[in-house]
Amino acid sequence: MASEDSDRLSTAVKIVVAGGFGVGKTTMVGSVSEVPPLRTEELITEASTTVDDLAGIETKQTTTVALDFGRITISGDLILYLFGTPGQHRFWFMWDELAHGALGAVVLADTRRLDTCFPAVDFFERRGLPFIVAVNCFENAHRYGADELRGALDLDPHIPVLLCDARDRSSTKQVLTTLMHHVMAETRMAPTH
Amino acid sequence: MIISEAWFDDPLVRPYAVTGGRTRSTTLGLDLITLVVATRSAAEATHLDPEYAQILQVCQQPISVVEVAAKIKLPLQVVKVVLSDLITQHLMIFRSANPANEAPSQHILQAVLDGIRRL
Repeated sequence: MASEDSDRLSTAVKIVVAGGFGVGKTTMVGSVSEVPPLRTEELITEASTTVDDLAGIETKQTTTVALDFGRITISGDLILYLFGTPGQHRFWFMWDELAHGALGAVVLADTRRLDTCFPAVDFFERRGLPFIVAVNCFENAHRYGADELRGALDLDPHIPVLLCDARDRSSTKQVLTTLMHHVMAETRMAPTH
Repeated sequence: MIISEAWFDDPLVRPYAVTGGRTRSTTLGLDLITLVVATRSAAEATHLDPEYAQILQVCQQPISVVEVAAKIKLPLQVVKVVLSDLITQHLMIFRSANPANEAPSQHILQAVLDGIRRL
């Protein structure tokens, strides 16, 4: 039967980059990915979320949701994938699959439209997935301090908030290292089963 | 599994025609980042349908499910079904990601952190 054979294969882990439409998620992924961001699409039908058999699919409304992702080979046997969430909230079920087993998440925020990142903050809080908030500093946008933003987003004091430039590799590196420190702290504190 | 060439004209029907209409139930729990690798070359598996042979071909080196989907330009769910078939036919092996209910080890987290710093 089908076997899960591991010796020839590395381990893969993932980090999710979430936020509103157009906030720079794919840009951030691309700034550190070793390959240009890849895109895959999933066909969505009303039926596909509840029913296995898609016979008669042509009569149902069909749309596609795009998923952008990048890759960083950490070592010979460890690969990190970075996934941008679909911007539209009606694709929540994709968020579930993305968050499933993720190390943690970056919520990318835009101070001009801060409310667009609220759903992502809510989602990760509810799922208990460690996350940080990175504020993409767009030109012409008013610069807020991290504490001001923490207040505006009503975040717990332990959740890191930092400013970034999603286009800049070293800035994105700083975002990801901040996330990993946070994830490691949260994991150490979590009760072991 | 036999699909007629005539189906190829219809972009909606075709992906699920590849899988005989199957979607979720048969995918061995394959995840976005489950890694797969072929155990045979496409040339050794001449009985396969074109999509199956193509997927076997891109999996000659270890690759994640989501990357296969991006390369082949078929929807994820379809790719998962095809990969499951290939695994069941012993043409492919796979390694699941860490189970979600199991916290990643500090060892892995540290390795990821070090890797990001080295970028």
